[in-house]
Amino acid sequence: MSRSAKKGPYVDEKILRKVQKIELEKGKKTIKTWCRRCSISPEMVGFTFLVHNGKKFISVFVSEQMVGHKLGEFSPTRTFKAHRAPTEKAAGLT
Amino acid sequence: MARIAGVDLARNKRIEIALCYIYGVGRSVASKILKDTGINPDTKVHQLTEGDIKKLRECLQTIKVEGDLRRDVSMNIKRLIDIGSYRGLRHKRSLPVRGQRTKTNSRTRKGPRKTVGVMRKEVKAIIDNAAKK
Repeated sequence: MSRSAKKGPYVDEKILRKVQKIELEKGKKTIKTWCRRCSISPEMVGFTFLVHNGKKFISVFVSEQMVGHKLGEFSPTRTFKAHRAPTEKAAGLT
Repeated sequence: MARIAGVDLARNKRIEIALCYIYGVGRSVASKILKDTGINPDTKVHQLTEGDIKKLRECLQTIKVEGDLRRDVSMNIKRLIDIGSYRGLRHKRSLPVRGQRTKTNSRTRKGPRKTVGVMRKEVKAIIDNAAKK
């Protein structure tokens, strides 16, 4: 379900302000954020974001193709521990 | 034999249905094409004149079908995978992309059931023997 077009994309204002500030000062290029719901706007291309995944911050380098997606899409929140193939030992036990 | 967009159309079907055999053409697009070209949707494929087929070919030039469309779709998926988004990840693992449950169902994406677990020695021996034969 996509967002109503009349509202425009949701972009966190704080992040935009920080992006502008860094651009002016030419300071560090990473922005730590919890704002996973924030859309990636064209101004953010070339920055590295540290996007919170609930536990830690995943570094996301924003490329041109990512514009229009949300920050949270690049910071997976779930870990999947794969099933192992049945080992010799496990098969022999029961 | 009517060959349109690299696909043989079934001879004995109504053209409205037969057009749906082309990848990228469904019922709604098919009826729109027939409306634009002025062909009666009830004509059977083998009753079509050469002129009709030519008109249909021309009309299909304007929409994206078959190979081009397939490539487009796979490029879109490839893009999602390349930028490392969640949707790309789900495509890569061939799991449902749009947030459906995976505890049960979602067999379309996951394919036939694969039982994972501890296998008993005797059972494994039987299966291995069966595989050898």
